[in-house]
Amino acid sequence: MTVQTPVSLEERKDKLQGLGCSRKRVEDARFTQGKGHYVDDIKLPGMLFGDFVRSPIGHGRIKSINKEAALAVPGVKAVLTADDLRPLGLHWMPTLAGDVQAVLADEKVLFQNQEVAFVVAEDRYAAADAVELVEVDYEELPPLVDPHRSMDPDAPILREDIKDKTEGAHGPRRHPNHIFTWEVGDKAATEQALAAAAVVVEEQITYQRVHPCPLETCGCVASMDKINGKLTIWGTFQAPHAVRTVASLITNIPEHNIRIISPDIGGGFGNKVGVYPGYICSAVASIVLGVPVKWIEDRMENLSTTAFARDYHMTGRIAATPEGRITGLWCHVLADHGAFDACADPTKFPAGFFNICTGSYDVPVAYVSVDGVYTNKAPGGVAYRCSFRVTEASYFIERMIDVLARKLDRDPAEIRMINFIRKEQFPYQSALGWEYDSGDYHTALAKALKSVDYDGLRARQKASREAFKRGETRKLMGVGVAFFTEIVGAGPVKNCDILGLGMFDSCEIRIHPTGSAIARLGTISQGQGHATTFAQILASEIGIPAADITLEEGDTDTAPYGLGTYGSRSTPVAGAATAMAGRKIRAKAQMIAAYLLEVHEGDLEWEVDRFQVKGNPERFKTMKELAFAAYNQAIPGLEPGLEAVSYYDPPNMTYPFGAYLCVVQIDVDTGVTEIERFYALDDCGTRINPMIIEGQVHGGLTEALAIAMGQEISYDADGNVHGGSLMDFFLPTAVETPAWETDWTETPSPHHPIGAKGVGESPNVGGVSAFSNAVNDAFAHLGLTHTQMPHDHWRVWQTAQRLGVTG
Amino acid sequence: MIPGSFDYHRPRTLEEAVSLLASLGEESRVVAGGHSLIPMMKLRMALPEHLVDLQDVAELKGIRIDGSQITIGAMTTQAEMIASAELARLCPILRETALQIADPQIRSLGTVGGNVANGDPGNDLPGLMQALDARYLLRGPGGERELPARAFYEGPFTTALDPGEVLAAVRIAAPAAGHGWAYEKQKRKIGDYATAAAAVLLELEGGTCRKASIALTNVGDTPLLAEAAGRALVGTAVDAAAVKAAAEAAKAIAAPAEDGRGPRAFRVHLTDVMVTRAVEKARSRAS
Repeated sequence: MTVQTPVSLEERKDKLQGLGCSRKRVEDARFTQGKGHYVDDIKLPGMLFGDFVRSPIGHGRIKSINKEAALAVPGVKAVLTADDLRPLGLHWMPTLAGDVQAVLADEKVLFQNQEVAFVVAEDRYAAADAVELVEVDYEELPPLVDPHRSMDPDAPILREDIKDKTEGAHGPRRHPNHIFTWEVGDKAATEQALAAAAVVVEEQITYQRVHPCPLETCGCVASMDKINGKLTIWGTFQAPHAVRTVASLITNIPEHNIRIISPDIGGGFGNKVGVYPGYICSAVASIVLGVPVKWIEDRMENLSTTAFARDYHMTGRIAATPEGRITGLWCHVLADHGAFDACADPTKFPAGFFNICTGSYDVPVAYVSVDGVYTNKAPGGVAYRCSFRVTEASYFIERMIDVLARKLDRDPAEIRMINFIRKEQFPYQSALGWEYDSGDYHTALAKALKSVDYDGLRARQKASREAFKRGETRKLMGVGVAFFTEIVGAGPVKNCDILGLGMFDSCEIRIHPTGSAIARLGTISQGQGHATTFAQILASEIGIPAADITLEEGDTDTAPYGLGTYGSRSTPVAGAATAMAGRKIRAKAQMIAAYLLEVHEGDLEWEVDRFQVKGNPERFKTMKELAFAAYNQAIPGLEPGLEAVSYYDPPNMTYPFGAYLCVVQIDVDTGVTEIERFYALDDCGTRINPMIIEGQVHGGLTEALAIAMGQEISYDADGNVHGGSLMDFFLPTAVETPAWETDWTETPSPHHPIGAKGVGESPNVGGVSAFSNAVNDAFAHLGLTHTQMPHDHWRVWQTAQRLGVTG
Repeated sequence: MIPGSFDYHRPRTLEEAVSLLASLGEESRVVAGGHSLIPMMKLRMALPEHLVDLQDVAELKGIRIDGSQITIGAMTTQAEMIASAELARLCPILRETALQIADPQIRSLGTVGGNVANGDPGNDLPGLMQALDARYLLRGPGGERELPARAFYEGPFTTALDPGEVLAAVRIAAPAAGHGWAYEKQKRKIGDYATAAAAVLLELEGGTCRKASIALTNVGDTPLLAEAAGRALVGTAVDAAAVKAAAEAAKAIAAPAEDGRGPRAFRVHLTDVMVTRAVEKARSRAS
């Protein structure tokens, strides 16, 4: 028996580094030393390299493909085309949205840079040389780039493979370029509210096509072991188990013979949720050639092909009383999905959770309809650092609220305050079908306004506008107010699945005899710091220091089944599974403690790291002691060992929220917008690691800055993609990034085991509106209601010019 | 983003470099810092068969100052130019401009010679060299010659450099003591080329401008010496009317392409703003 020096309760708590502790990220020791292990670090004996021949045009028919010269390049092993994949049935693949996508262009090309042939060679150089030598003869067809023209009677038909299908995955199709129409809410009542309203505002709001920009692009290494029939794929997968199941379903390889491994991932942001032709082609090439095949995207391929985001063209109407109380919300969205519908949304939600677009407001009636259409653009429609289509919804409502405030000549903060869902209304049933679990919006916005001295800012703005009028300054000051409600943690299996796979998640824990532990989860970190934070959840649940808990994710042969990491779902779902598995461990430990202390289980209470006898705390057993006993002491009626697994199906989503304020100074002569100040208050429920939350908020705000102020993937009339390189696609550096002020309130989720809600995506969801509202606000006194993003120099200058304030 | 195949040569002297270029023929290119050429090769927009790397040619490195004559070796990096206290004293616009090239990492490798010789209208130094009336020292198989920067640029990526010639150094006569200078550049972000930029040098005597030169970056196929704009300042007190006249004259020769930086009208307008601001700043610095 070891002699224990008495330590205080606080010291024991601190030693655990559990919930609420700004524990340093355990991952960073390797990342900051360049010791991360990413997919391109994987090198296997005999490994070959794949590279794509891509379409130079946006729309055309393939007349012929000649591989001869490419095959003659020394080191080239194969050139695959759709005809080679056809016998395997793999020339097309199912998308996550119920559509199909050509793995390699089958008779037609539908967007610039579409995959046409896959060259496999001994090294990257030979592959790239051979790509140049594959001769493809195209017959050009008229490109369709404007989604507003997709359903014109004379629009070119893009998808000949489904042109006669009148029923799509999400209901009837009324044009060959129509994908779906999705309607939510009460149309008649909403139209009635608009007809009866004293005040109606309408605005066209476009959220431009953008693209996530993780530091690491997509890639994989596929290795078919012909001896044991096992296919292993290392890849940039945000959902490794889902990839395994889908791979099994489409290849007919039994699921136990497929192993998917996500190594370190250098950022995902939704880009690594989907299944891309590169994965399929590498797997086929490895199966055919019997050696490992690697495929790694370059930056231009990444930006121009795998998984765009947004591209929502929204029309909104708000009905309101003269006092500014909203009485109805109407919204129509034209959604440009590109050439294939490859949106990464839960099956029943073809427009994701866009119906969260009533935002943080008590809107009595609402109606939303979304038309998805095809164009000659890259497929995608992923949730770029947000839950499914939530940034679009949040941007829509937050701009509309400002439009309403402008119409009524009221302060935008005030209009928000009078329309907020009140604290006592939670759980709140929204007009568009969601049950908001918890919130305290008035407190959050009031704290934010006070923190930035909002009245002072408005007074300064007034003075600055007068100085502008007198010609003393050429700068316009704008104050952007944004409030958001996220909907994250997909999700309850009863209404959330992807391709039929329920969106629960999991955690499996083994406690070692000496009192340390390993936990495995169905999620996969791409920089979020799971190994740090999930160990903290567990430390608080089971009383083992976070430093003594190893965390593993990403290998389908060892990790329990789960649906992966995106949509801020890791903490709400897998984090809950972790807590629940921890509680199972604790329950067994309690039985062991009761036996060892010779008391009834009910006579024990848990305290930090031990069970102690109620009223007699000197009699206790620590979790470390209980772990040893679990393995090494015969306890009547109990199996040896101490492990647990939990599969957690959340009863509801979680609803993080926040209040953001942005102050800008716009030089009307240059169109340059300086971010003078940015304040972000986040409420993500229980805070697991405040330092990591702050880091997430900084990163998300920086991406929001990028989107609002510069990012755009655009197409010209000929179907050529622009913005497909980092020369033009705005990726801010430290120089362009302002200092961020962060703040918080804490409203725990009532249904989550530890009350946590998720935070990684909130700053992107709230941030974009805050920047855009600030830019719009700068011009508000000149009569502007809305100007489109991105707010780059030339667009801002054009707005100033239109309003007559340029020199 | 994988270049085609090429042979690599690393001469130790300028003479060796020049004779290599002569023997390797037209499909050979010199590489200095590589920050223009290598990306072009990765995009396969440039497919040289031979690369002649100048990094070991010691005689191309360094800054020499002889009275008011400045000679900057072609292989001097932009970072070295920024670090030179002598240059900052004699000709501060060199430092001001170089600090606006790309980012610190690129400036540590990017060279003065590479920036001026490549003929990329987006580069910042060519316009500046025209404003300074610099001369380029060229070495070829036939020997050495000097050419004014103002006569060097013929079109995008097309210069007066003959095949087989290497730009060896840039020679600048330092502007008179008390001159005013400014390089004003607007860009979308660190690392970007200018949406529009202007280099201005002027000299005042008793409050009147006796000499002025203005050049523009990235608003045409080549850097543009705005001669009329400079003339509009000479003989004036550089008052508001003169500044406006200079800016108007500069705007008149701007012919930028429409690209991700904005439509043509915006970039022309911005030329006006950059010239106005640069002239005002230069005037405030002149004594």
